[in-house]
Amino acid sequence: MDSAATPISGLLQRGRRTQAAATQQPGRRVWRLGADVDTDTLAPGAWMKYSVEVIAQHCLESSLPQFALDVRAGDVIVAGPNFGIGSSREQAASALVHLGIAAVIAPSFGGLFFRNAFNVGLLLLTCRDAEAIAANERIEFDLQQGQVRCVVDAAGRELGDRAPQLACEPIAEFLLDMVRAGGLLPQLKHRLQPPTRL
Amino acid sequence: MTTNAKPQTLAQKLIARASGRPAVAPGEIVTCQVDLAMFHDSSGPRRLKPMLAELGAEIWDKRKVVLVIDHYVPEVDEESRRIVRIARDWAREQQLPHVYDGQGICHVVVPQHGHIRPGMFCVGGDSHSLTGGAFGSYMFGIGTTEMLGVLVTGELWVRVPQTIFMRWSGRLAYGVTAKDMMLSMIGRYGMNGGHYQAVEFCGEAVSALSMNERMTLANMSAELGAQVGLIAPDDETRSWLWQAGAQDIEVEPWHSDEDAAGIRHNFDASTLAPQIALPHSPAHARDVDDIEPTPVQLAYIGACTGAKLDDLRAAARVLAGYHVDKRVRLLVAPASVRDREAAEREGILRRLQEAGAELLPSACGMCAGYGGTVPENSTVIASIARNFKGRMGPTSAQVFLASPYTVAASALRGRITDPREVLWDGESEGAR
Repeated sequence: MDSAATPISGLLQRGRRTQAAATQQPGRRVWRLGADVDTDTLAPGAWMKYSVEVIAQHCLESSLPQFALDVRAGDVIVAGPNFGIGSSREQAASALVHLGIAAVIAPSFGGLFFRNAFNVGLLLLTCRDAEAIAANERIEFDLQQGQVRCVVDAAGRELGDRAPQLACEPIAEFLLDMVRAGGLLPQLKHRLQPPTRL
Repeated sequence: MTTNAKPQTLAQKLIARASGRPAVAPGEIVTCQVDLAMFHDSSGPRRLKPMLAELGAEIWDKRKVVLVIDHYVPEVDEESRRIVRIARDWAREQQLPHVYDGQGICHVVVPQHGHIRPGMFCVGGDSHSLTGGAFGSYMFGIGTTEMLGVLVTGELWVRVPQTIFMRWSGRLAYGVTAKDMMLSMIGRYGMNGGHYQAVEFCGEAVSALSMNERMTLANMSAELGAQVGLIAPDDETRSWLWQAGAQDIEVEPWHSDEDAAGIRHNFDASTLAPQIALPHSPAHARDVDDIEPTPVQLAYIGACTGAKLDDLRAAARVLAGYHVDKRVRLLVAPASVRDREAAEREGILRRLQEAGAELLPSACGMCAGYGGTVPENSTVIASIARNFKGRMGPTSAQVFLASPYTVAASALRGRITDPREVLWDGESEGAR
């Protein structure tokens, strides 16, 4: 069985918050951001000396003050090009994991952020047409097909079979394995401390 | 095999060596053996220690590890004291052979102590680790979790990059620097223009640069979005590294073959004007004389990219014998203790202080928003690498990026100033 077909949502509920008040509508809520979202915006320097729990409360506060308060586990971020440019601080990615973000979808990512994201278990989807997705739409993604689908439009109408599909770049299998495992640390743990047989 | 005979870029040669292959091709994913793993107090022990403990793992080779305590020193509050204490205690526990505590910023301290040589494959727990590329080593930044992987396995995956050749012909004019070259390239190609590929700087103007200046090019390749920023080593590299105490320096093999495939951009250094990047991105770069005269309240010469010995010399050339405008506060944080001491011996620090500069400790400090005080709503001109909103502290601050010449000239006049207006002609350089 190709595990890429497994909905990744189950793996991505590690965030502190749970999906309270599950919505009736299909798909995931979208947080829409512009181009060049940098690591200092995701993990502001002034909070870097604290734990990721604290940093996460200030994630994106200079551009979306309500983000950390209102984000729910399973939400996705859709952004313009160059998401995650800037510093090597992986808290920029782990803050999003902590807040329960299921994936970030953008036309391109900072290279260092891209490595960090997978290392801490955050899924990134490189989607050339990501900016076609609007703030109030709801989307689904399918890793096997390498696709993002807009299942509910901005007016709240379910699109069913008419859902527009956007292609994503394929992701190397070892990186998908890393996200499924929850990041590099659990993978290393598994490698160095194989589970003891009962 | 015919593929082995294909001309290779410097990046390919470095990765081939580190992965134990005769040759590698762009796009291939290979596993490399790491020759040097550098990290600091912010990205390092405070986060690596608990993860190593959780794994019950040991460091693969302590001789290949360098710890630099540079972000949270000097300690200003309980949290920074705690972070620095963890780093110091852990270094002792682990008996790490290479620890630099309060000696300056890692990207400058590590090469200054001879740890980086041409041909090496190195990683650093900081995005400006690309600085090592100035010495012909494949060095780049990684996050802490990935560093953990390196510490327990000694290995790292890398996708062999394409190379973007930035060829600079001609010579820079007096008062124009590597920082101006970088800002102009970032302004032209954007902060992700490097597409996480290898950038290689070459041409007459690059060969003519001092090692300090080459370090600025490699360092700010991070702002170009490159994985590495490489410069083929030469006699200048060899003699600088020899003085830094590096052993077994080999420069000959580490250059791109003449007809290696890559993307090529050409620039003329002789026509480059001093650059300024407007808030809030290094990509907002333009000629400094293209902007309105903007009053500044704070001028900062600091950071790995903007306060090495050559940067301090540049500032002193502008300021010697003058005093900064009374509305401006000029802060200078030499990049390393060695640079500070050399500047002291040359009389540069005294000249800067007589011009009104306040000296700050050699640490990351204000550049990373970790120290110092940037007032709300102030306009700042700084020789640092990034001016993202809020990076230096208050989100209300307007931060402009420029070379040390331009920062010093702006401090002198109290407004953003083309340094060529206040520098004597090139002849006076030797006289100062």
